[in-house]
Amino acid sequence: MQPSSTPSSANLAGWLYVSPLVLVLVPFFVAPILVVLAASFFATDGFGGLTPGFTLANYIEVLHSSLTLKLYLATIKFTVLTWVFTLIIGFFVAYFLVFHVRNQLLAIGLFLLCTVPFWTSNIIRMISWIPLLGKEGLINQALLATGIIHQPLEVLLFSDLAVVIAYVHQLTIFMIVPIFNSMARIDKKLIEAAIDAGASRFDIMRLIVVPMSKSGIALGTIFVVSIVMGDFFVVKVMSGGGSASVVSAFYEDVGVLQYPTAAASAMLLTLVLVAIVALILRTVDIRQEITR
Amino acid sequence: MSVISAGMPETVAPATRKAIAPSKGGRPWTFYALATVFTLYVLALYGPMICIYILSFQDIRGGLVFPMKGHSLHWFVDLFTQVRTGDVKGAFDRSIKLAILVTIITVVISFLAGLGFRRRFRGDAIVFYMMIGSLVAPGLVLGLGTGLLFQTLGLNASWHTSALGAQLSWTLPFGVLVMFAVMSRYNRAWDEAAYDLGASRWQTIWLVIVPVLAPGIVAVALFGFTLSYDEFARSLQTAGSLNTLPLEIWSMTLNVTSPSLYALGTVTTIISFIVIGASLGTIVVLQKKRGGGTKG
Repeated sequence: MQPSSTPSSANLAGWLYVSPLVLVLVPFFVAPILVVLAASFFATDGFGGLTPGFTLANYIEVLHSSLTLKLYLATIKFTVLTWVFTLIIGFFVAYFLVFHVRNQLLAIGLFLLCTVPFWTSNIIRMISWIPLLGKEGLINQALLATGIIHQPLEVLLFSDLAVVIAYVHQLTIFMIVPIFNSMARIDKKLIEAAIDAGASRFDIMRLIVVPMSKSGIALGTIFVVSIVMGDFFVVKVMSGGGSASVVSAFYEDVGVLQYPTAAASAMLLTLVLVAIVALILRTVDIRQEITR
Repeated sequence: MSVISAGMPETVAPATRKAIAPSKGGRPWTFYALATVFTLYVLALYGPMICIYILSFQDIRGGLVFPMKGHSLHWFVDLFTQVRTGDVKGAFDRSIKLAILVTIITVVISFLAGLGFRRRFRGDAIVFYMMIGSLVAPGLVLGLGTGLLFQTLGLNASWHTSALGAQLSWTLPFGVLVMFAVMSRYNRAWDEAAYDLGASRWQTIWLVIVPVLAPGIVAVALFGFTLSYDEFARSLQTAGSLNTLPLEIWSMTLNVTSPSLYALGTVTTIISFIVIGASLGTIVVLQKKRGGGTKG
């Protein structure tokens, strides 16, 4: 720490400072992942008992089942849809706050307004769609009253549509915050210069705003993709049991004590997730991005 | 997540200059279009939540949808007295205690890690990516791993051991990331000034760094408390036999079909709002007390 410290003592000091963090992450992140990895190679008696050993049977079972493909397709569908909607909404909300709200205090206030629900319960926010989307919910009531429909729409709740609505509702904030953060750092003079040089609004968006908020988009994407791919309760509740994702199937497997197959499928999912996140991290150095 | 932190005012750059307004003055059409998008977003964000808060105040005839049937506190009483809905009071108690514990640990560890990450040291990337991994790993899978680990070691899973650890694996990455953003505005020359005046390393931390970063530390505490209080996926396999509040809510969503569920939503949200309000209030007070003098 002291200005005169040598590199090796700086290394030691650094490790000392992060050692409590490491002491939590090793037993509660690294070890559990290794346990699941180990379990994925174990055999089972089908009643929750595990036989230590090494077998690839669980992986073969998972990879051969046609269900796996279906689950992954469903998960990818939810992930892509949620990503597209959160990105579009998040980008424009952030853009509005940064470039259109001229009063700084107002911008901060509106920004906080967007972030408050992030600090409340996800499950509660999810079930709060029931009075709106249900068969006798507000939306159906309104549509019936205006005469647009004559039968209540049943696809609103307990459907894939409801799942995507709940995801977008919960996760758009994960796009808004990082994109807002990177947009706020764009020098407004740059945009004025572009206007003076005759750039159109579209050009400014395409050539300045989007490239300069790339890091925020990447960070938001990591959050949204990892949360949707790791989720099981939104899919379970909002689809009314009609749809499943990789992790919701994992949840069912664990429920019937099928630990090894569940573990094998969890490891595959983790690999996919790591690949996606690594790909995103290649395009942007988030550590530098956050500390800048 | 960084900008939620106290440093907000600095990040919003000098916005007093005109945005992309054409020289004639007045707002471009995009302003109105985006203002509409923003308004619709906020409506969709709060609308459903407000619906269930309103519906939780129905009387005994109440159902899960509008129209409202009477006004009373029946479902709140029902929530805390009925056995049918499970041990809400106990779960509530445990969740608050756990959240306080998680908050304290998260603040201390994130702060220390933030100090450590100010300088590059050999192997820092390993710690950093371990943290990112902990953040993006599917919560349910991590929770199961932790549960199995405790089982293998012959330890009993309970909310104040395994669930505490599992929740920290979720709150710490957030806390450290916020710390990063906060620390990036700290000028290291202040450290050196303190050393030159004869302060020891600990005096520098206590008398210079902590007071300067106080608003950011409150923000970390806010993350710690609310993320723990609402944490669900990682606690599911690690909480042992006694439920935390989100687990209670989860089991209610699966089998309770009365406005009790909404009443529980209203109660937990009130708690969240109190915590958010208190934290933001503290940040504002700290910023004011500090005045403009220490802005980095």
